[in-house]
Amino acid sequence: MGDLRDLYQEVILDHSRKPRNFRPLERADRRVEGFNPLCGDRVTLFVRLENGEVRDISFQGSGCAISTASASMMTEKLKGKTTQEAMRLFDEFHGLVTGKPGGVGNGEELGKLAVFSGVCEFPIRVKCATLAWHALKAALTGGAQSVSTE
Amino acid sequence: MSGSERILKAGAQADASYPRSAPRPGAAFDIEAIRRDFPILQQSVNGHPLVYLDNAATTQKPKAVVDALEHYYTRDNANIHRGVHELSQRATAAYEQAREKARSFVNARSTAEVLFVRSTTEAINLIAHSFGAARVSAGDEILLTRMEHHSNIVPWQMLCERQGARLQVAPVNDRGELILEDFERLLSPKTRLVSLVHLSNALGTVNPVKEIISLAHRRGVPVLLDGAQAAARIPIDVQDLDCDFYALSGHKLYGPTGIGILYGKSELLETMPPFLGGGDMISSVTFEKTLYNKLPNKFEAGTPHVAGAVGLGAAIDYVRGIGIEAIAAHEDELLRHATEAVSRVSGLRIIGTAREKAGILSFVMDGIHPHDIGTILDQQGIAIRAGHHCTQPLMEQFGVPATARASFGMYNTLAEVDALVDGLGKVREVFA
Ligand SMILES: Cc1ncc(COP(=O)(O)O)c(C=O)c1O
Repeated sequence: MGDLRDLYQEVILDHSRKPRNFRPLERADRRVEGFNPLCGDRVTLFVRLENGEVRDISFQGSGCAISTASASMMTEKLKGKTTQEAMRLFDEFHGLVTGKPGGVGNGEELGKLAVFSGVCEFPIRVKCATLAWHALKAALTGGAQSVSTE
Repeated sequence: MSGSERILKAGAQADASYPRSAPRPGAAFDIEAIRRDFPILQQSVNGHPLVYLDNAATTQKPKAVVDALEHYYTRDNANIHRGVHELSQRATAAYEQAREKARSFVNARSTAEVLFVRSTTEAINLIAHSFGAARVSAGDEILLTRMEHHSNIVPWQMLCERQGARLQVAPVNDRGELILEDFERLLSPKTRLVSLVHLSNALGTVNPVKEIISLAHRRGVPVLLDGAQAAARIPIDVQDLDCDFYALSGHKLYGPTGIGILYGKSELLETMPPFLGGGDMISSVTFEKTLYNKLPNKFEAGTPHVAGAVGLGAAIDYVRGIGIEAIAAHEDELLRHATEAVSRVSGLRIIGTAREKAGILSFVMDGIHPHDIGTILDQQGIAIRAGHHCTQPLMEQFGVPATARASFGMYNTLAEVDALVDGLGKVREVFA
């Protein structure tokens, strides 16, 4: 197993203590509940789209350090991105935390999100890291109102 | 000669050849000797000696249980009942001997009242179906408590949906104790059954079940006890308790997974329709009419988990060799020490502070999710559980989505409790 400091990097701890964009979004046009039934983590993701672009994005909920920080950093990253770019980031991020790079890029686009690379050493925590991202995918594809990691 | 007499006679021979459990009754509680009986404990996890504190989820198995399984499969395995050949007779004897051990373990009057099931979950589902079909109709009520495991909630919800009955839920106070006055008030002329946990898996609360049973019986209401956690920690005497049903899982009693015990009073079991239909639960079948078998076979359709029963029998021998009272006293000491020590960890709050507790310590830490506590402890070789423990309604009452839970077994040591406390210090450091 990996080193704890690889998992709990300073940036992650910082975002888990002080999550950014942690609020409900008025005039959100997408709202998706993400739920991890295994541990009870919940995230509600709010997205406002304009001209195919993420105009504003926020979240609320309760979860572990990994899921909270992941949601927080995701919302920071996504503001101003087109839905297409966002979907590509989903793939990149997913590849990063599962240790199976599958996106088209080489992960460089992820920028700060690369701090989550330690997660792949802790397979049981992958669902924590991807909960908000799955909610995002559902929000952008306009399908489900709620997603579950199970 | 009845079937069960024949079986018991044959059983006496089979037993002599079965591997014996190590401990002798009455021997002093020798923790080092006990630990040697559990091979799985002698390993390192993530570079540290394993500290296994997830015993409420499942206990480890002593060598005696593993040996009994191996012995059964390498020597006696065959399908039971109706077999004229030697192996089938041995397997049948071993199975029925295990039933006798189970009977004696819960002190039932007769083996007819002791059913082998897969687990506590299956036992509760069996009662919900069979008792439910016979005794519960529209407008009736089933009384539970707020501290039930999902397996003692969902089968009743499903029954209520089928029959148009209603669930009543007795509340729990902030210490995690059942509020008896409210419980009594909720017992109504419509209550058909009370079903509650003997020892709460999420809080460690020991319920005053004898008092509860007598309250219910005064109104003619039968009681099912969920003994999943109690079985390995509290001596069970179903006659003294006078409970109507008692459910437990072998795997939480140092036995194999996939086997459990359901005790039921024969007066009740006799009047209930079978749960599953199939082979062995019938005495004769024609397409016009099927006659059901006697107890306990009426409730054991199909080929049972013979090896599991044999393994559970070995676990019962092992546990009784050490003595449930001795195990309970040991776990009380661990719990007392742990409660004191974790209380000194800053920002830690114990969830579940009932006056009567056993073997289980749930807690949360300020600003640190139980999941993160679990991962950081695991890195130090310490296995605990983080989550809602299948008791979401209870978590809601305590205002937490989840807790971290350390649960003790007979082989845990005070040094392991200290390792847990040191581990929590490390958790604090990571999040400092
Ligand atoms: C109090 C309680 N009831 C029921 C169960 C269900 O047991 P099983 O999964 O063995 O059926 C458990 C297991 O966690 C439990 O702790």
